Amino acid sequence: MKVELKVNGKAVSADVPPNTLLVQFIREHLRLTGTHVGCDTAQCGACTVIANGSAIKSCNVLAAQMQGAEVTTIEGLAAADGTLHPMQAAFKECHGLQCGYCTPGMVMSSVDLLARHPQASEAEIRALLDGNLCRCTGYQNIVKAVQTAQKTMAA
Amino acid sequence: MGANEFAKLPHIGESLKRKEDVRFLTGVGNYTDDVNQANQKYAVFVRSPHAHARIKGIDTAEAAAMPGVAAIFSGKDIEGKMGGLPCGWLISNPDGSPMKEPMHPILAIGKVRYVGDHVAMVVADTLAQAKDAAEAVVVDYEELAAVIDMRTASKGPALHDEAPDNHCYKWTLGDKAAVEAAFANAAHVTKLDITNNRLIPNAIEPRAANASYNRATDEYVLYVSNQNPHVERLLMTAFVLGLPEHKVRVIAPDVGGGFGSKIFLYAEDVALTWAAKQLNCAIKWTAERSESFVSDAHGRDHITHAEMAMDKDGKFLAMRVHTDANLGSYLSTFASSVPTILYGTLLAGQYATPQIYVEVDGWFTSTAPVDAYRGAGRPEATYVVERLVTRCAWDMGLSQDEIRKRNFITSFPYQTPVALQYDTGDYHACMNDAQKLADVAGYAARKQASEARGLKRGMGYSSYIEACGLAPSNIAGALGARAGLFEAGEVRVHPTGSVTVFTGSHSHGQGHETTFAQLVAARLGLNPEQVDIVHGDTGRVPFGMGTYGSRSLSVGGTAIMKALDKIEAKAKKIAAHLMEASDADIEFANGEFTVKGTDKKIPFAQVALTAYVPHNYPLDKLEPGLNETAFYDPTNFTFPAGTYICEVEVDPATGVVRVDRFTAVDDFGVIINPMIVEGQVHGGLVQGMGQALMEHGVYDPDSGQLLTGSYMDYTMPRAHDFPEFRLGHVCTPCTHNPIGSKGCGEAGAIGSPPAVINAVLDALKPLGVTELDMPATPHRVWQAIQNAKA
Repeated sequence: MKVELKVNGKAVSADVPPNTLLVQFIREHLRLTGTHVGCDTAQCGACTVIANGSAIKSCNVLAAQMQGAEVTTIEGLAAADGTLHPMQAAFKECHGLQCGYCTPGMVMSSVDLLARHPQASEAEIRALLDGNLCRCTGYQNIVKAVQTAQKTMAA
Repeated sequence: MGANEFAKLPHIGESLKRKEDVRFLTGVGNYTDDVNQANQKYAVFVRSPHAHARIKGIDTAEAAAMPGVAAIFSGKDIEGKMGGLPCGWLISNPDGSPMKEPMHPILAIGKVRYVGDHVAMVVADTLAQAKDAAEAVVVDYEELAAVIDMRTASKGPALHDEAPDNHCYKWTLGDKAAVEAAFANAAHVTKLDITNNRLIPNAIEPRAANASYNRATDEYVLYVSNQNPHVERLLMTAFVLGLPEHKVRVIAPDVGGGFGSKIFLYAEDVALTWAAKQLNCAIKWTAERSESFVSDAHGRDHITHAEMAMDKDGKFLAMRVHTDANLGSYLSTFASSVPTILYGTLLAGQYATPQIYVEVDGWFTSTAPVDAYRGAGRPEATYVVERLVTRCAWDMGLSQDEIRKRNFITSFPYQTPVALQYDTGDYHACMNDAQKLADVAGYAARKQASEARGLKRGMGYSSYIEACGLAPSNIAGALGARAGLFEAGEVRVHPTGSVTVFTGSHSHGQGHETTFAQLVAARLGLNPEQVDIVHGDTGRVPFGMGTYGSRSLSVGGTAIMKALDKIEAKAKKIAAHLMEASDADIEFANGEFTVKGTDKKIPFAQVALTAYVPHNYPLDKLEPGLNETAFYDPTNFTFPAGTYICEVEVDPATGVVRVDRFTAVDDFGVIINPMIVEGQVHGGLVQGMGQALMEHGVYDPDSGQLLTGSYMDYTMPRAHDFPEFRLGHVCTPCTHNPIGSKGCGEAGAIGSPPAVINAVLDALKPLGVTELDMPATPHRVWQAIQNAKA
């Protein structure tokens, strides 16, 4: 079936089998491999993208359900000239990543988190990151990154 | 250059932001599943649904006829054509006989021995076609009884003909007679029975591989999510496939976490590589998470009885330990060494216990192979020692810190009774700093406040030690290692003075691209931006033993230091020629060569250019170019150590444990990048606390099915599970490497589990609870409280 949507501001369309997951569409048809797959039960969040303004797990939704949607992946977050989004910059500044595998999903979730809860406390940030697993960082510096981005984005 | 001199160089001790971050943050990392090769097909593995069964037949006719299917391989296709997966460490029984080492076939031959065992490989044009065809492969199994509990494994059906009682080996270390004598004269003996729970590593990137073959050159390329590509190649070519090593290139590109589980040579990697030639194509495979759960090597899984003999003042006289270790169904790459060499040798901990004797029985069970997982043997040893020491304190009416202080080793070098010689350390300093940082003085008030809220507060100590930087190769060889344990590094100075370093260490989150660049920049007086680090490719890096056992900086970094020594020595000769001075009068500091006692100087970049444009050059005495390689084999292990203090609140009504504070003071020797080191500690702490409170790999005792086979069942720590940690550092530089570094990657996972459990037991003491095994889930804690009431 034909799927048409906007990814990172660009109109894309492809003929895909109807059971194609959004994450497969992104990784295999668009070759945007920044979005990762870490589990098969929508538990790890490595595949998180922002679709129509909400962070969603792209392993848990069909590409067909995204007909006409506007999707942002990790590749679409930085400015056109390469300037990092404040959340990306904060992750670097605070050492909020190690192996980098959960990072795209973690960053996309964090962007959504602050969009919805710009004043979130440390405890709230920790609770709101519930949908994303990281095995490397122990989360401490991820939380610091979100708090740092909170300050830079408010300024 | 000595460690003290090295530590004073620019960039050493600087929390430089990581060079690798931008590619990961913008989605352009290159992990194995991101790689696609020309003429690529997809593999799916048919796995055993049974824990133990005889394969009576495999019918692939229907599956083979399905659309897109290129081939289906099973045991009969590989039998006699390749070896099994090798085990890298030979353990011998006390009578000198070798461990039982049954064949570990690439695809099951005759029998399956755990749920997830690899039975057949389907290769098809698309992943969906391969999956559909795998579903259509019909395997006729005759189910056999599973062997799950290692305590009764000797009475179960034999998994391997070679081991009729499922016993792989007995291993002992220490002077048994001296230990018995010390126990006979002890004022008090403290005893403890504990379990070290099975863990499933769960790097967030699942294992993946992509193998291709070129008929024209007879060359193979294997992309694989792996921690040591040269070792992967060596084991696969020399022991399994019998291929010429130089015809196989193994690339471990960006790797999404390893924690030990990606050290090993796995059957899938071999099957793909072999089949790439059979089908003359590239073949890609990526594990699904449910596949990772059943087929990645698991960690830990020990049952231990330990005893400490003390004098009347709580001074340790002797310790004896018996451990049953679950090795799983087959011996994985380093499985045999984890509960022995990497465990028994650590049982002295930080204490001057004069005599120690340990016996380990290794068992085959019908579960996934068990091998190294973050810490590998040292967390198991630390858990035994630190739980036992705290129990000793309570038995003797001493505080947890007092018993430790009375028994700390204070004089170095220190020869333990279990083979290791600690070069340096300051255990009292770690303890004192940790107590200050943890505000132990304010504990009583916090406890009172908790009580007022109906909660039980407890404090737990753990003073861990680990042996890192594996190892002197000759000693490891004498202990049964079948590989060397050195590291290689090549420093390539380019004509314009920038540098590319090729290291045998492998970074899968550790930030080597930054830390190693700081090291090289410091030595050569460069900006770290002028130094790039290449790793993870047998086609580019001279050789490598890879990253595990917290060895990258102390061993891999030292190999780079040795190569830099050669660079510096040659560059001095070039500089001497340019400045018309004698070699002996040249000094090098801050990127400049100077002639002693004069104001003559030339920068490093000028020497580099001269090496490649040798017009004014001593060609009669010196080769052009500035490119040096060094191999470094350490003279001893390194011994990071520290004290961790955990404070918990337990709700006696629900059994919920909340970690309120966690303080970690570590001695890693000289630190190059504190930010990266602290990140390593954070991650290790959460893995260790995950083990203590949440994580548990559980098999059904009858069916042998893995009950914790997804993130819905296996509890992974999440951001809200733990508080912010307080970290501190003590530095006693390692005495036998020029960096003074000891290693930091595993400490958190090693030191934290006993601190947490000691804290929970401390909290529950007033309720009469004395026994509690990991993970201390709410149900288990609540049950322990109820049992104590009864």
